[in-house]
Amino acid sequence: MADEPLVLGIETSCDETGVGIVRGTTLLADAVASSVDEHARFGGVVPEVASRAHLEAMVPTIERALKEAGVSARDLDGVAVTAGPGLAGALLVGVSAAKAYAYALGKPLYGVNHLASHICVDQLEHGPLPEPTMALLVSGGHSSLLLSADITSDVRPLGATIDDAAGEAFDKIARVLNLGFPGGPVIDRYAREGDPEAIAFPRGLTGPRDPAYDFSFSGLKTAVARWIEAKRAAGEEVPVRDVSASFQEAVVDVLTRKAVRACKDEGVDHLMIGGGVAANSRLRALAQERCEAAGIRLRMPRPKLCTDNGAMVAALGAEMVARNRAASDWDLSADSSLPVTDPHVPGAAHTHDHVHETARENLYT
Amino acid sequence: MLLLALDTATPAVTVALHDGDDVIASSSQVDARRHGELLLPAVDRVLAEAGLRLDAVTGIVAGIGPGPYTGLRVGLMTADTFGLALGVPVHGVCTLDGLAYAADLDGPFVVATDARRKEVYWARYADSRTRLTEPAVDRPADIADQVAGLPAVGAGALLYPDTFPQAREPEHVSAAALARLAVERLKAGEELPAPRPLYLRRPDAQVPKNYKVVTPK
Ligand SMILES: [Zn+2]
Repeated sequence: MADEPLVLGIETSCDETGVGIVRGTTLLADAVASSVDEHARFGGVVPEVASRAHLEAMVPTIERALKEAGVSARDLDGVAVTAGPGLAGALLVGVSAAKAYAYALGKPLYGVNHLASHICVDQLEHGPLPEPTMALLVSGGHSSLLLSADITSDVRPLGATIDDAAGEAFDKIARVLNLGFPGGPVIDRYAREGDPEAIAFPRGLTGPRDPAYDFSFSGLKTAVARWIEAKRAAGEEVPVRDVSASFQEAVVDVLTRKAVRACKDEGVDHLMIGGGVAANSRLRALAQERCEAAGIRLRMPRPKLCTDNGAMVAALGAEMVARNRAASDWDLSADSSLPVTDPHVPGAAHTHDHVHETARENLYT
Repeated sequence: MLLLALDTATPAVTVALHDGDDVIASSSQVDARRHGELLLPAVDRVLAEAGLRLDAVTGIVAGIGPGPYTGLRVGLMTADTFGLALGVPVHGVCTLDGLAYAADLDGPFVVATDARRKEVYWARYADSRTRLTEPAVDRPADIADQVAGLPAVGAGALLYPDTFPQAREPEHVSAAALARLAVERLKAGEELPAPRPLYLRRPDAQVPKNYKVVTPK
């Protein structure tokens, strides 16, 4: 459908330089350059290393995306970019590129929310999002339960992690087990050969008086680390496969249980799961099982669309164009703490001026 | 020839248009925390002042620093992407060279900008067009011997009068000076450096020690 908006999206909130191109809900290109290998020896993403890599990778990644999509930049209907939340300095590289690109091409600019983009990407996989949609976003940076009534204007946070993000817990346990960084894929791999019921690790915030939709992974992380240390102190071998499987089970059990409960409580019959941890094979399997049992339709994009990428930003940008949402101004800033309730950052003519002073502080420190 | 010059390596967000004869429009704002917000509107303003559109530009000139990285990258990313969208060459110019050019001095002098963390980015010059040393980052007290008796320009010099008693304006770089210098060099057939940042410092990154033991001893 040629009359659907053709949008290029740029994502630089963490360590992936992503440039995607979509036409409406059709994915045309998803080019990603990752600096993850440069961070591996630090055991986590180093902001300055990520920012340097974004600057180097941006132009080649845009060129690759245009080639892959087989479209000309002149034909774009808009340029979308992650305005936040994320690493301040990293976001700023993408926002600078998107502004310059949109301005030079004479196209409207859409600064959009990273979390809303993670939800919207599913349109590229399974068609338009049902309204409302329940979304569980889990990655190294976020663990949130969100209710989206309109992905361009109405995203409500139901719950979030009160300490570590789910992906962070995977990274930390992988480090304790000396499995390297990032932890998610390697723990998933070991867990496949382990027994998820071998060790009964705690399920955080699942008591009757605990907040129904919030998460906590810090206690679990400590419990797993203690268990491993006790084994080592006793001179016994650590059963890496069983520890991985049991730890992973504790994480995905809580995630899926709370997500399904939120769907039931809110009367929503669609659950979308996104973010890097959505690539976890056990999370995918258990979510499928529990959604089927509860009569909920599960929507999970393929793993490559779950991790950070530019296509998700383009998908949300295309929706902004399709729904006539206001474009951003040329003074759009990167906002490291952009609230999830702002799916995009419309220009000043369309909204009262709200400046996130704390975010501005963060930007240059 | 129509060159768009910009620099974000110092607290100034500065943009200028040069038509081959001289600068026809320019803008400089000093706000070290808002490079990201200020740059694009400044480009838009400068073009409007000249009555031109960005697609009339035949080349981009960007200050490559040294300078605080977060701000520096705003200018270089913008220049890079303009170059891609317009299909025009992007040239780099050392930001200290731009300051030296604007200083308009015939004898030897020093350019020093604020590198934060009580350090300066600096280089020595024989005159306004001739740099003698590679840009470096140091504590002012550590280079006192090397800059003794020399006039000095730039915010780094003005900030540390003990080391730079002969400090003077200009305080920050201007894109107008950067553009004039670039045009002079291009007309002389000189090759300008690639628009890649002069970082000078390695990224701050602590390799985490072995994971924190959580079992009480
Ligand atoms: Zn993400």
